[in-house]
Amino acid sequence: MFKTQNNKAWFLVLPVLLLVGFSAILPLMTVVNYAFNDTFGNNAFFWVGLEWFREVIRSERMHDALQRQLIFSAIILAIEIPLGIAIALTLPKRGVWASLTLVLLALPLLIPWNVVGTIWQLFTRIDIGLLGSTLAALGVDFNLGRDAIDAWATLIVMDVWHWTSLVTLLCYAGLQSIPEAYYQAGRIDQASRWAVFRYIELPKMQGVLLIAVLLRFMDSFMIYTEPFVVTGGGPGSTTTFLSVDLVKMAIGQFDLGPAAAFSLMYFLVILLISWVFYTVMTNLDQEKEEVPE
Amino acid sequence: MAKITLSNLAHTYFPYPRGEQDYALKTIDLTWDDGGAYALLGASGCGKSTLLNLISGLRRPSQGRILFGDGDVTDAPTAERNIAQVFQFPVVYDTMTVRENLAFPLRNRGMKKDYIQSRVDQVAKMIGMEGTLSRKARGLTADVKQKISLGRGMVREDVNAILFDEPLTVIDPHLKWELRTQLKKLHQDFGHTMIYVTHDQTEALTFADKVVVMHDGRIVQVGTPEELFERPAHTFVGYFIGSPGMNLLDAVIDGNVAHIGEHEAPLGGKFGHLTGRTQIGIRPEHVTVSRTGGLPATIMRVDDVGRHRILRAEVAGAPVAVVLPEGAALPADDSCHLIFQPEKIGVFADDWRMAPEHPQDRSGS
Amino acid sequence: MTTIDPTFAKATSPRRSRDNTKLHKAMSRGMLILYILFLLVPIYWLVNMSFKTNTEILSGVSLLPQDFTWHNYGVIFSDSTWYMGYVNSLIYVLLNTLISVTVALPAAYAFSRYSFMGDKHLFFWLLTNRMAPAAVFALPFFQLYSSVGLFDTHIAVALAHCLFNIPLAVWILEGFMRGVPKEVDETAYIDGHSFGGFFLKIFMPLIASGIGVAAFFCFMFSWVDLLISRTLTSVNVKTIGVAMTRTSSATGLDYGVLAAAGVLTIIPGALVIWFVRNYIAKGFALGRV
Repeated sequence: MFKTQNNKAWFLVLPVLLLVGFSAILPLMTVVNYAFNDTFGNNAFFWVGLEWFREVIRSERMHDALQRQLIFSAIILAIEIPLGIAIALTLPKRGVWASLTLVLLALPLLIPWNVVGTIWQLFTRIDIGLLGSTLAALGVDFNLGRDAIDAWATLIVMDVWHWTSLVTLLCYAGLQSIPEAYYQAGRIDQASRWAVFRYIELPKMQGVLLIAVLLRFMDSFMIYTEPFVVTGGGPGSTTTFLSVDLVKMAIGQFDLGPAAAFSLMYFLVILLISWVFYTVMTNLDQEKEEVPE
Repeated sequence: MAKITLSNLAHTYFPYPRGEQDYALKTIDLTWDDGGAYALLGASGCGKSTLLNLISGLRRPSQGRILFGDGDVTDAPTAERNIAQVFQFPVVYDTMTVRENLAFPLRNRGMKKDYIQSRVDQVAKMIGMEGTLSRKARGLTADVKQKISLGRGMVREDVNAILFDEPLTVIDPHLKWELRTQLKKLHQDFGHTMIYVTHDQTEALTFADKVVVMHDGRIVQVGTPEELFERPAHTFVGYFIGSPGMNLLDAVIDGNVAHIGEHEAPLGGKFGHLTGRTQIGIRPEHVTVSRTGGLPATIMRVDDVGRHRILRAEVAGAPVAVVLPEGAALPADDSCHLIFQPEKIGVFADDWRMAPEHPQDRSGS
Repeated sequence: MTTIDPTFAKATSPRRSRDNTKLHKAMSRGMLILYILFLLVPIYWLVNMSFKTNTEILSGVSLLPQDFTWHNYGVIFSDSTWYMGYVNSLIYVLLNTLISVTVALPAAYAFSRYSFMGDKHLFFWLLTNRMAPAAVFALPFFQLYSSVGLFDTHIAVALAHCLFNIPLAVWILEGFMRGVPKEVDETAYIDGHSFGGFFLKIFMPLIASGIGVAAFFCFMFSWVDLLISRTLTSVNVKTIGVAMTRTSSATGLDYGVLAAAGVLTIIPGALVIWFVRNYIAKGFALGRV
């Protein structure tokens, strides 16, 4: 759409700017302040330069948390993206069943994150949980408080449960935008089911799929509440992901300097991903405007 | 390739149709001869796309059978019918190159590589895209994409029929003519059965050997362009074909005379007793202006449409168009007389053409 | 030519391909049902537990409550620390939704209709706030709101949630607004409407569904958060999330009440989701699908 050049539009944006700025910029400045200074309390700061950054980058604890985080995000993407696509392909296209299925699929997305944790904690307990007790009855030695593998498996299954629907919904929206004539042409050209997927559905889903990958990467990269509730970061620190560690450091131990330095680096990574996301989105918009269908 | 027979075919989109009005296609019996070039002509919403989708198997008919040759394919899925279809809007596989697009139907049928190669080259030449074969289809303009769709429809040699669903809608006017001529040539070269759906009479009449005219879910006439013009079987055909369409006037038929209001026009034959609404139809080309004799008329205006002029007049309150011969002089005042060529007058009862009982003169028709 | 084409005859005789599509359909239906079961079973377990007594919960696993009771819900509705948790959460969530949508509307209009100095950068900056990890902001928020004397108030949480909900609302609304042709605006101005009159009387009804979706997503993302609301509140404004985590860690016993509290948090989302079912994907993709 052609837009009019008008700098007065700033007035319309001003309220947003003030509110978001208040919540974003002031806290960020505090973080920056802490990241480059040290304090002995009573508001006396002295400059330490990049000391905190050096400490964080060298610390083994950070390396481990980052490594865990990357592995976790990779597993999440490897499971949720294909599964989400597969489920989207099985959804009915229209009618009451389509609506009902959509609503059921979206249900986990709307549950408060701590409740998601609670649900899975209760569900997997050996004594009172359906899954835990079933596993125990089958002779599986399942204990997420003691066994790191069990804890990881629980968190991954929980995240799949929680977020795969997001991928499905996005893909479904992409599939819905494919005109019926494409499927008809596929049938006339005698394309196999795989060929229809590969040459008709996948190309049309490309945009939404990219959004799904970025969102899932970002959100899984920042996961906090669910592991906090289910495992508390344990056993040991085997499920202490970046956010969990950061909150521990900042609020639990009050190591403000390193926590702030850590926050800034964390933020920069997110910024980078956001930039990719933004580019994808704006390209998508342009493409849509070129080919109105 | 095979003859296609539609027998007692009907279709409704309602699960529980309450009556005839719920049927998009009312009972249809029709045979498409092998190798024919057909046009399926009708206004939007008359059921022609539905009919096409029944033939290609994209929809299953609510009633009746479809035969290819002697085999019943009513329940056969699209893939088994071996049909090609080109849609109204271009359908190309965006991520493939032009070459891959054209080769796709052949590859899916497991054809040999060198055969595919030569066939694709041949088709590319026909649609004039030899130079762009290795380009990605994404980003091409709509009319180039539609050319690819046409090419993909042509690429299989052994198809039972090629169906075109208003394929030139998105094409620029100056390219339409070129593509239509190309299609005609392709038909002559390969002899596929082609069914071309359109609402544009010029497209239908120039492309087809035989035109099937549909109106309100029914086939009202099948005939050559000339037959449709000279002897429309239904008032819709008379009105829809020709520019301007046939003049239709309410009339009381009495033997070989039609009474229009208080005036009379002689007919080319003698008609028995007709029931329902009776009308006479006469092409504007078959009306002449005269100073005396004929039906008195009031001149409303004269339109110049380029090739010729059209006189718009009124006879007994009903509009009548007349194609004026070149250089014809018009009376200075508003009134004139019109003569309808008796042997060109069609008589319609409840919209259907009636045959005379005792043709007096058949030499004119 | 009335003979049957050989390839055609060959193609129709075996019915295999149709059986294949049938099998395929049945398999995909089965997979979908399995997946939905996977989604529902943990929720079912929570609901199941919420109707059991603690003794029954602890005495072993049963698929249906043997000793059905409303007691757990009774506890929540009679104990003010519980039910005030819901009230407090609802207050800041609704406040936040109201603020976010109200300020996002004019901004989204500006982004969808005008180009102005720095618009693209601003739009991007908003996005980064939506993407920012809440954990990064937890501590600075605590300090910021303590220093301005807003700690432990509803408005503090509502404002803090604005950080990620306003950008979300702007993006969603902008996505809906670009679907309204510009000619609508121009016609209204020619007809003599003022900007305010046009925006309230003509434009807002046109994007009513967009406003609904934006409000729903603000509500949702404010509702699902625990980290920030927990950080910014303590005694006066105890949120439901906090109430739940404290019960589970402190006593570690009252599972029935915990389950009932969990069920009650699912209900608001489940109720309104029907109305936005066709826009859910659009909302999650920040208005871009």
